[in-house]
Amino acid sequence: MDLSFTEEQKAFRAEVRRFLDEKLPKRLSDKGRLGQRLTKQDYEEWHAILNEKGWLAGNWPKEHGGAGWNAVERHIFEEETTAAHAPRIVPFGLAMLGPVLQKFGSKEQQDYWLPRILNGDDWWCQGYSEPGAGSDLASVKTTAERDGDHYVVNGQKTWTTLGQYANMIFCLVRTSKEGKPQEGISFLLVDMNDPGVTVRPIVLLDGEPEVNEVFFDNVRVPVENLVGEENKGWTYAKYLLTHERTNIAGVGFANAGLANLKRIARLEQSGGRPLIEDPLFAAKIAEVEISLMAMATTNLRVVSAAAAGQAPGAESSMLKVKGTVIRQEINALTKQAVGPWAMPFVSEALEAGSNEGPVGPSYAMSATPHYLNNRKLSIYGGSNEVQKTIIAKAILEL
Amino acid sequence: MNFQLTEERQMLQDGLRRYLGEAVTPQALEAAQTTGMSPDIWAGLSEMGVAGALFTEDQGGFGGAGFDLMVVFEELGRAGAVEPMLELLLAGRLVAELGDETQQEIVAQAVEGAVQLAFAHGEPASRFDLERVETRAERSGDGWTLTGRKSVVVNGAQADHIVVSARTSGDVADRDGISLFLLPKGTAGIEIRDYPLSQGGHAAEIVLDGVTLPAGALLGAEGQAFEAIETAQARATAAICADALGAMETARALTGDYLKTRKQFGQPIGKFQALQHRAADMLIEIEQARSAVINLCGHLEADRDTREIHVSATKHLVGKVARLVAEEAIQMHGGIGMTEEYDLGRFARRLSMLDQRFGDATFHLGRFVRLRAA
Repeated sequence: MDLSFTEEQKAFRAEVRRFLDEKLPKRLSDKGRLGQRLTKQDYEEWHAILNEKGWLAGNWPKEHGGAGWNAVERHIFEEETTAAHAPRIVPFGLAMLGPVLQKFGSKEQQDYWLPRILNGDDWWCQGYSEPGAGSDLASVKTTAERDGDHYVVNGQKTWTTLGQYANMIFCLVRTSKEGKPQEGISFLLVDMNDPGVTVRPIVLLDGEPEVNEVFFDNVRVPVENLVGEENKGWTYAKYLLTHERTNIAGVGFANAGLANLKRIARLEQSGGRPLIEDPLFAAKIAEVEISLMAMATTNLRVVSAAAAGQAPGAESSMLKVKGTVIRQEINALTKQAVGPWAMPFVSEALEAGSNEGPVGPSYAMSATPHYLNNRKLSIYGGSNEVQKTIIAKAILEL
Repeated sequence: MNFQLTEERQMLQDGLRRYLGEAVTPQALEAAQTTGMSPDIWAGLSEMGVAGALFTEDQGGFGGAGFDLMVVFEELGRAGAVEPMLELLLAGRLVAELGDETQQEIVAQAVEGAVQLAFAHGEPASRFDLERVETRAERSGDGWTLTGRKSVVVNGAQADHIVVSARTSGDVADRDGISLFLLPKGTAGIEIRDYPLSQGGHAAEIVLDGVTLPAGALLGAEGQAFEAIETAQARATAAICADALGAMETARALTGDYLKTRKQFGQPIGKFQALQHRAADMLIEIEQARSAVINLCGHLEADRDTREIHVSATKHLVGKVARLVAEEAIQMHGGIGMTEEYDLGRFARRLSMLDQRFGDATFHLGRFVRLRAA
């Protein structure tokens, strides 16, 4: 047992920090610090900077142009970038599709699609959920029928995050109605510029169209866009979900959120004293901080096992539940900390460079949008209830 | 970064788990009721060298670090052993760190498990305040006279030596002015009331009515004991939290088995999602507790402020989780979980008493806030 990082890992952390000092544009970190909205161009700019350094795809092996980091190195990178308020790496191509193509894609698919992900030629989105298939993903109904050299796709996807920016979508589609629901699913890559694809944004409680509905009306997709084998898509989807969950604890986000909460609680006044000196409020902050200290160690235990070659199992379900609950609590306390300033909703103020300034202190304007937006944490990626059922079955064997 | 046990600790853990799994029988627990421990199990533990794992090499042991304590106490908790190993750690390390040459002979015996120790610090009005000491020690001739009362002194009646704290100067709540004294069993003027504890084991109320001690009874420098007491309590907190963690693992295992075998409405009750989610929550929280114990054990040798931040963070969190596990395990069992004859009972009782010693979850939450603000 040794809780300290090795000299090598410390040196890597210092290198990441140096890189962020030099290369992270202040314009982008300022937006992060203030909780302002990031544009498509902001993400693309940051991706390009990372790609130039060879650090865009930390989890990919070097042969595919990734950094080839192990779980501990990825964890350090994540910690440092979130602490520096860098934009997050958009996960759909890099963290989700990339690993699936590397594991199950053909040589042609790998050679064509992987470089395009790194270079930013494609913006991918995830076509998993449907109106009738949320936590119960295996009940997807969108169909793909073979017609010569094409699949003809019909149906609807929903909750498609940042689909409005995407030109490509990887979809779970039904290619067979035989057997169990899981057995007739295929994994298909669809060009969103093809005729018959329609995207309709869904505005969420924070006023942002972060997610979309995507409709498919007789969309013709070339058969070479099928990943792996027909009707084996469920296997690939599950593989993707394990990758989606590698950073599921969100320790970096939680740490940054806690630091922000404490900063605000020192600035806000209650009864003529800094709010942080109110014993009841201080106790609430302390409780979530203590919980986070333990969860961060649980995360390191899983990360360190992963770096030693153990596949993440149901432990990631535990991290998902605990990590999301902690982040949501931090969001709720932050909203509480800004008091009445949580009420003004001046959407324009969240755009950098807008003429419309915030009402009240600038740290207050993102508290409500973040609180509302992060209700998603306990819903997406397998709701926390689904995770608990996984824990009960996989670990407790109930 | 590495979360694997060293080979030596792994062997200690395996050996202890095997031994205690066989030794802590209902008969052994029954036998332990009169004195608070089973002499056979104490002898068995001593033979395995368990006491030595609580002391550093310099002190004649072979461990003494946070993770040594974690291994030993997690297994004691897992088996529900009631033997006063924690008192050996608390008092033994104080003597090892502060004692003169003569007093060190006790340490040599403690490392062998050949002696019983106790630390008499708490008082009727001190609750969890470590610096609140009303018992007085006055110089009289070459020696000392002690007057006061010590409360819930675990193993107090059975100990061969008791480390007693008393104020030699200052006000009741001053950190300065607290001294330690070493009292052998049978010292004249001590009145002891021995009684059993809810979690197993025994404790005593000790009245010191003008107890005269020779000069050589002073342990360490006069009036300077607070720092050593705080350090000792940090170690003991790590140990008792590891003990609770072990007890939680047993409570969870018993609950898991029960959910799989108990049938109602025609199926094992573990098939009901209401119970599955409760069981999953329990597991998630136990993993939190394990991480908290790791955090404290990994920081026992850190600077004082860092160490104490972890003491309060861990005691708060483990205190909360212990309560949850005890209550949820009983609830998921139903009525059988409340009976004396079923094994869960003693673990639930042990867990529900964690908060009563070394500061409860609320106390440590407040202390954490103050330490962070300092």
